[in-house]
Amino acid sequence: MKIAVCVKEVPDTTAPRRVDPETLRLDRSGEATLNPGDTSAVEEALRLKEASANGEVVVVSMAPESALNSLRKALAMGADRALLVADEAAAGSDILPTSRVLAAVISREAPDLVLLGQQASDSDGALLWGALAERLEMPLVSQATSLTVEDGTATVRRQTEFGYDVIETPLPCVIAVSDAINEPRYPSLKGIMGARKKPQETLGLDALGIAPSAAGAAGSGTQVLSLDAPPSRGETTVIEDDGTAAEKLVEFLSEGKYL
Amino acid sequence: MSTLVFVEHHDRAPQESALGVLGKAASLEGDVAAVVCGEHAREVAAELGRYGAQRVFAADAPALAAPLPQPRVDVITALIGEHGFDTVLLGSSVLAADIAAALAARLEAGLNYGLVDLRLDGDRLVGVQPILGDSAYANVGWTATPRLALFRSGVLEPRDVGGSADVINVSPSVHEWSQAARLLEQDRGESEGPSIEEADIIVAGGRGLGAPEHFSIVEDLAQALGGAVGATRAVVDAGWYPYSTQVGQTGKTVTPKLYVACGISGAIQHKVGMQNASVIVAINKDRNAPIFDYCDLGVVGDLHQIMPKLTELIRQRTSG
Ligand SMILES: Cc1cc2nc3c(=O)[nH]c(=O)nc-3n(C[C@H](O)[C@H](O)[C@H](O)COP(=O)(O)OP(=O)(O)OC[C@H]3O[C@@H](n4cnc5c(N)ncnc54)[C@H](O)[C@@H]3O)c2cc1C
Ligand SMILES: Nc1ncnc2c1ncn2[C@@H]1O[C@H](COP(=O)(O)O)[C@@H](O)[C@H]1O
Repeated sequence: MKIAVCVKEVPDTTAPRRVDPETLRLDRSGEATLNPGDTSAVEEALRLKEASANGEVVVVSMAPESALNSLRKALAMGADRALLVADEAAAGSDILPTSRVLAAVISREAPDLVLLGQQASDSDGALLWGALAERLEMPLVSQATSLTVEDGTATVRRQTEFGYDVIETPLPCVIAVSDAINEPRYPSLKGIMGARKKPQETLGLDALGIAPSAAGAAGSGTQVLSLDAPPSRGETTVIEDDGTAAEKLVEFLSEGKYL
Repeated sequence: MSTLVFVEHHDRAPQESALGVLGKAASLEGDVAAVVCGEHAREVAAELGRYGAQRVFAADAPALAAPLPQPRVDVITALIGEHGFDTVLLGSSVLAADIAAALAARLEAGLNYGLVDLRLDGDRLVGVQPILGDSAYANVGWTATPRLALFRSGVLEPRDVGGSADVINVSPSVHEWSQAARLLEQDRGESEGPSIEEADIIVAGGRGLGAPEHFSIVEDLAQALGGAVGATRAVVDAGWYPYSTQVGQTGKTVTPKLYVACGISGAIQHKVGMQNASVIVAINKDRNAPIFDYCDLGVVGDLHQIMPKLTELIRQRTSG
């Protein structure tokens, strides 16, 4: 079974983030990392591969070339290959060009299964899979909390506003996993060493037959017009625990008459 | 403007968030239609005039019986083709998000998501999208039509305008591949015990607890405070705690006097379910966790150190 996993590099999730007021785009100059939700998708792919006789896991991304650093984390976990579409013309892509480009690379690979993470921590979209499945003309299931594949059929349990659904779909299909579907493994030292030697291919848009005008901001259907400060949230006090936090919390709760 | 609003319903009840979107559409200029798909579509459609729809398309066919997105994309695409809607609005839900994204690709249409408001600046439509954990508000526009917008759940209140709508039955044709996914089973996760929606105090636990057995730390604190226990989707999906205690977009919306968030990052989908608590207290070891942006009192520290001590101190006070 061949599995393509869509992964994204995002700004360090434990550091403050900002939008560049000039370009109105996210400032990506700081530390970057593999999107946390995508490690669950990689883990799920690895488990499926390990359960099947001859599986392959290919991680696929669209980002600047430097993102190979983050893709290597997926290789260190155990993915077999990385495929990155890196092209300046792709900068500023919204869901339209992102899905267009990823659908084009994924079609070339013809996988049995396409997996995505729960959401990108920078966009908070939790949307891409819908557009991708449409372009690939594949069935789609999102928010998967468990996934089994047997005899060319995927069975998924997923949460909605109304409880849990169990959905069955033939392969090939697109499945987006919840970040609670598994506990992603940490790359072993051997995995990290081996990752450098695994195939890592970088492609431009021309290799996919996508015109620059169909990518990036030019190929997008939306634009950011301006930025406003958020409405005031009222007062927020944040204290570091120096060993007396419990006492301070009791004081706060008692002042608020919660005790 | 000529607007189509997708209205999701379950067991004959239209979703609140979709009714709120319908009201928003009616407050802008132009004509407003709605589309309802699936079983009981006609019954639901007949009610939507009250919330601002002038026309409602009702599509009921076996392919639409299960709440799956792809057949609905076929229905909406056909309606846009026939009636030329320039704007399509949806209230956020798991189903609506999948529909919106697929529609964007099908129609090569611009999709703005997570909106909390929509307004006309002259004849330009502008959406308001909080970004980066609500730390900035982006004003967003469209460069490709139809303009698609997905609203954040729980922000637009339905408004009963007392109108009535023409209901138009449609019989959609659905692609073969749109029907490949099948719903096998639905489990409503019926609640056991008292509902957290009634509680004045909620102590909620997230993945920061580290293991399901550590939920006892949350239960102990809740008991000492006389409150109920809540949970995030991450721990519910992982099977650590029951679905009936989940707070957030796909769980419960709660408005207690006090909400204590323990080992919870404060993701936007959690926030929409608890941000209206009178007082929010957070314990998290990551100073940059989003929860610290909207709590009243935040403690940066290890919950395993802080919570048992806190419970003990409260017990001493309340028993003495
Ligand atoms: C369509 C959709 C719907 C969703 N619906 C919901 C919903 O209804 N409800 C919901 O909650 N989520 C929902 N989510 C998921 C949401 O995006 C988050 O993934 C989820 O809320 C995260 O849960 P968490 O805070 O428990 O876990 P995490 O985000 O993993 O956060 C755990 C936190 O614990 C902290 N921590 C770790 N160890 C310690 C320690 N020892 N002491 C103190 N702190 C510690 C960490 O710093 C971290 O901030 C939804 C997502 C999508 C895409
Ligand atoms: N540029 C990208 N390249 C590859 N995968 C992506 C990209 N953007 C998003 N994804 C995938 O789509 C999922 C949802 O992203 P989003 O809809 O942006 O929240 C992520 O978890 C990734 O699996």
